Amino acid sequence: MPILTADMSAGTLTTWRKKAGDTVKRGDIIAEVETDKGLIDVEVFTGGTVEQILVQPGATVPTGTVLAIIREEPGAAPALAPTPSVPPALPSPVSATKQVAPAQAPSAAGRARVSPLARKLAADLGIDLTTLHGAGPGGVIRREDIERAAAMRAEAPVKEPRPLLDRPARLRQTIGAAMARSKREIPHYYLSATIDMHRALTWLNEENLTRSVTDRLLYGVLLIKAVALALRQVPELNSIWRGAEAVPSAGIHVGVAVSLRGGGLIAPALHDTDRQALGDLMRSFRDLVHRARSGGVKSSELSDPTITVTSLGEQGVESVFPIIYPPQVAIVGFGKIAERPWSVDGQVVSRPLIVATLAADHRVSDGHRAGLFLAAVDRLLQEPARL
Amino acid sequence: MTKMTYRDAIREGLREALRSDPRVFLMGEDVGRYGGSFKVTYRLLEEFGPERVRDTPLSESTFLGAGIGAALGGMRPIVEIMTVNFSLLALDQIVNNAATLRHMSGGQIGVPLIVRMATGGGRQLAAQHSHSLEGWFAHIPGIKIVAPATPADAKGLLLAALGDPDPVFIFEHATLYGLEGEVEDEAVPSEIGKAAVRRTGETVTLITYGGSLGKTLQAADQLAVEGIDAEVIDLRSLRPLDISTVLASVDKTHRAVIVDEGWRMCSFAAEVSAQIMEGGFYNLDAPVARVCSAEVPMPYAKHMEDAALPQAATIAQAVRQMLGAHG
Amino acid sequence: MTGEPVLDRAHGLDLLRQMVLIRRFEEKAAELYTVGKIRGFLHLYIGEEAVAVGTMQAVGPDDNIVATYREHGQALARGIPAGSLMAEMYGKATGCSGGRGGSMHFFDVSRRFYGGHAIVGGGLPIAVGLALADKLRSRAALTACFFGDGAVGEGEFHESLNLAALWKLPVLFLCENNLYAMGTGLSRHQSQTDIRRKADAYAMPADVVDGMDVLAVEAATRRAAASVRGGDGPFLLELRTYRFRAHSMADPELYRAKQEVEEWKARDPIALYIARLPEMGFLADPDLAAIESGVAAEVDEAVRFAEAGPWELVEDLTRHVYAPVTS
Repeated sequence: MPILTADMSAGTLTTWRKKAGDTVKRGDIIAEVETDKGLIDVEVFTGGTVEQILVQPGATVPTGTVLAIIREEPGAAPALAPTPSVPPALPSPVSATKQVAPAQAPSAAGRARVSPLARKLAADLGIDLTTLHGAGPGGVIRREDIERAAAMRAEAPVKEPRPLLDRPARLRQTIGAAMARSKREIPHYYLSATIDMHRALTWLNEENLTRSVTDRLLYGVLLIKAVALALRQVPELNSIWRGAEAVPSAGIHVGVAVSLRGGGLIAPALHDTDRQALGDLMRSFRDLVHRARSGGVKSSELSDPTITVTSLGEQGVESVFPIIYPPQVAIVGFGKIAERPWSVDGQVVSRPLIVATLAADHRVSDGHRAGLFLAAVDRLLQEPARL
Repeated sequence: MTKMTYRDAIREGLREALRSDPRVFLMGEDVGRYGGSFKVTYRLLEEFGPERVRDTPLSESTFLGAGIGAALGGMRPIVEIMTVNFSLLALDQIVNNAATLRHMSGGQIGVPLIVRMATGGGRQLAAQHSHSLEGWFAHIPGIKIVAPATPADAKGLLLAALGDPDPVFIFEHATLYGLEGEVEDEAVPSEIGKAAVRRTGETVTLITYGGSLGKTLQAADQLAVEGIDAEVIDLRSLRPLDISTVLASVDKTHRAVIVDEGWRMCSFAAEVSAQIMEGGFYNLDAPVARVCSAEVPMPYAKHMEDAALPQAATIAQAVRQMLGAHG
Repeated sequence: MTGEPVLDRAHGLDLLRQMVLIRRFEEKAAELYTVGKIRGFLHLYIGEEAVAVGTMQAVGPDDNIVATYREHGQALARGIPAGSLMAEMYGKATGCSGGRGGSMHFFDVSRRFYGGHAIVGGGLPIAVGLALADKLRSRAALTACFFGDGAVGEGEFHESLNLAALWKLPVLFLCENNLYAMGTGLSRHQSQTDIRRKADAYAMPADVVDGMDVLAVEAATRRAAASVRGGDGPFLLELRTYRFRAHSMADPELYRAKQEVEEWKARDPIALYIARLPEMGFLADPDLAAIESGVAAEVDEAVRFAEAGPWELVEDLTRHVYAPVTS
């Protein structure tokens, strides 16, 4: 069935002008076909004898269907057959520029981007947009962010009603009292270790390529998990000081220090940190940060940590000498990851290094054991796939 | 109801008009003896005779102008301009006469003229035979613009136009003539100025008209498999535009994508987008997106033409991008 | 270019070869269309070969040419390589218009071939402009403008003849009267069917010639061209011819009787010419065989060239919209 009109995909064979056994020459009309444009003659482009009619009058067939067989005279030009469209296949729709990085820190200065609907909803529900971090592309705050914030607020424990204005000041006071007591009562000693993060970061990049954007891991999660696993080897650092002695904790619940907008710090717990897979840990971590900043942290989360990890790497700090949160007996600090000269097999190479510090209660542990802990953290970070 | 093709539905509408109103006559190139370049007026010459089905010379400007004059003189002409590409020759008559006589006469006269045109690309007919200019025409006050996307509307909007005292321009996408659908047996006019929701959904509103409706529905089906539930609105009428149906939908879904075969710059889609912004700003969770033709005269080679026109795949991709997903 | 043709054997056989080339090229194009290699619209020149070949004898390399969508004959007679034309119909980047135009839009500016126009009558104002530029620059050349009988219905025909005559512009208006404007016969679309007489309204000299007789066409065109080159302004030459095939590949030809077609086929310009050549002592059997085989090879090579040609990159879709920016 030839293509006879601009967008023909099928035709109806209405009449045969020749029959089997007839001789045809080039240019002869062999049949009539009904198309969208009307009845059109079909010519043959080759000479010979009609051997067999394959399509009966009245039949509607797609273009390209063989209608009849013609035995050609020797030396006749070979007949052409309709072929499927030859032009290159359209490239599949090019995806938009890939999202650059996973969840970013909230923009410090400048107006947050909020969809019109989200703005209206936030106003209706009395939600403070400045406490939110949008999950939309580029940090845009959308309706789902407002709805999540509203849900979190509903879950938050019933607090004494306090005027919002007083909150930062009160928090500052509470933190100050705790820090002063800690420094007064706990004999702090400090250790530090420089850790080569090359293997960990390499593994992290590869791992993240296999994950969807929303599931990507931050390096901080590797640090937290390493700390948690290292604590299994030096459990006395995972104790709680009760009255006059340290009582080893049953579970390992790493408290993560989260800075709050408007100043202040809290360090809620990631429960059973050593038992969670990295992906789960990342999700829990994100959720915790979000709730911490929107005022949705549960009181149990604030009282459960068995050790605290604080990371000031984003602030550009090289090493941290933190103060222990009572009743914990240790606190781990991490500075920024920086490319520094490092010796590998006698050669000096550039490696991403991080300084890990441990501040510990000398009543409960000594330097030797604390050293083993930091060494364990280092070792764990050299085998990131096993975290 | 009877199942028939888009072209047959138009023919039924024309036949109904010619039968019921002696003032109606058809005029255009090859509408008579040739049977209509898209076979729409096939055999109408035999049925109604050469006084009422008139073949014209190739004089778009003059025969459309004659249609205006006949309308002023009390007739009800239905002028066929073979395609919108050729209507450019008659633009002076359309813009300076058909659209303005009522205004310039202070309301003493009207122009009850119907002009039917084939429109659109997709058949490798290159730059001079593939325009979608209905958006341009929708710019002009004084005329009405409709674009039937289904056989039912092909007949219904024609019948509605017959009852309209002002000039109505009917844009028939050239790839729709063979499309089959259910059509009322009775002469039931559709409503000019009313959009139709062709598919309900909750996640995003897809707005389109005419030849793009099929691709938009296809895109909606693709997206449904991915869990994205799209509502599809067929505008049917470009001027007047039923923005309230669109706004009610966006009120529900909070996202809008407009599919328009015209070129993107100064497209009809731009107008719809502006109206959605004006009437539904606080309901939007994302900027309104447009899927239009690329800024290029229509190339001939198939792969290039396909790349220039909106496709189901590009429509679906625009939705995915809007939702922030990838792939 | 002027005066009576010098008819020696070389020229005589060359005329035949050119007509046969057009015939076989068009037949091959028809075949390729039915298998989908050539798409969109295809308007064959079969039957009108004497017009393109005969007229081109009076047109020189410095002269401009404007033609219609049925321009394959003129393009080949102008010397545009068959491969470049075939590749264009395939949509390949090696086509004369880069694959952007297709069958209806052949352009070759190096040979002063200014298209390939799909709007009937649309090329006439362009021809007038080219002639005006030549006159202002005192460039000794004429502009040959081909159009069909359908175009004389367009306002632009009348406007163009009027302006060219008024300003005494060197336009050679060549009306290929094949008796049909698509599906409407001349007597049904023209009040004055003697097309040559229309020039009277513009005080323009005119002539008419049998378009099936290539020698007569050449002689008449040389005389007409001489008039134009002499500074007397435009000339209208009507060439009476007939297309043996339908308007385009998609035309069921309801508008003309098969018998009429057969009567004209009896005046096949190639057959008529071959019949006359022996009496002039120019043709022997080996000559015709050599011409046919040479043409067959040329057509086959054109197809190979088209098949082998690359497709334009989709990434280049929006090129050729404006002039490239030079840094």
